[in-house]
Amino acid sequence: MRFSVLVETRPRAGVADPEGATIERSLPALGFVGVSGVRVGKAFRFSLEASDATAAQAEVEDMCRRFLTNPVIEDAEVTVTADEQAPV
Amino acid sequence: MAAVVGVVVFPGSNCELDVVEAVDRLGGDGRLLWHGATSLGDVDAVVLPGGFAHGDYLRPGAIARFSPVMDAVRIFAAGGGPVIGICNGFQVLCEAGLLPGALQKNRGLKFLCAPIQLRVEADRTPLSGDIAVGTLLTIPINHFEGNYTCSSQTLNELRADDRVIFRYTDNPNGSVDDIAGICSTERNVVGLMPHPERASHELLGSTDGVPLLQSLLATAAAATA
Repeated sequence: MRFSVLVETRPRAGVADPEGATIERSLPALGFVGVSGVRVGKAFRFSLEASDATAAQAEVEDMCRRFLTNPVIEDAEVTVTADEQAPV
Repeated sequence: MAAVVGVVVFPGSNCELDVVEAVDRLGGDGRLLWHGATSLGDVDAVVLPGGFAHGDYLRPGAIARFSPVMDAVRIFAAGGGPVIGICNGFQVLCEAGLLPGALQKNRGLKFLCAPIQLRVEADRTPLSGDIAVGTLLTIPINHFEGNYTCSSQTLNELRADDRVIFRYTDNPNGSVDDIAGICSTERNVVGLMPHPERASHELLGSTDGVPLLQSLLATAAAATA
């Protein structure tokens, strides 16, 4: 089966996010008041061939642990969606 | 016989020749090692130089740690060999798990390129072996992601084991506890953001990096003997 995968990484809770903090400080200058908790991360989108959703999820989590994130400072959220099957 | 210092060249490294030049000038034998090499040859020490290994894609050091040479570096380090990561090399060592913690974007999001003052905080490492604790050194930094961070548990361990070897006297980048350089538990793997090779000749504006490199050569020479 083919799956569409979205991996979103962001600084772990408690880890300073200099990029987010700078953006948060800049927004009021443009008139956007009331913004707080800005966290900046990355998004990875790709498609993956796997036997089922559980296997796909496990494989992507392994990717995150070993490569896509630095577990010292980043967390990842993985979303795996089965692609629509073409009618046979 | 001159101590042989292998300087790893990743695609995108840009300080390797500066390190070789400084090592040679101080009486060592600097040799370039391509990142695709699976053996280090007969080196007595390894330096991972500054630059942008593999374009710093994904994260600085994230791809470099999978370069073939890193397996050999890991084995060399496990055997007690001196391994020094300067700037991008420090980032690679953290990503490779040879040093704890990580280097984030600088506080204030500025690329910093300036001479800064360091305080030597610990000796008994290949880079600070001969230098009195408390010595102040002026050495350039040149980085965007030099803001050292780690868990509070790791920080406690670094402090308790005297493994913070350099601190900034005026923290330029937001590093936790003003950390500019650390070493491994066995003290033979050292990472630092400042560039000692860029402070190794009067013409460069400072010679404060010389004692660090001399210490590395002395350690390397002792390993040979």
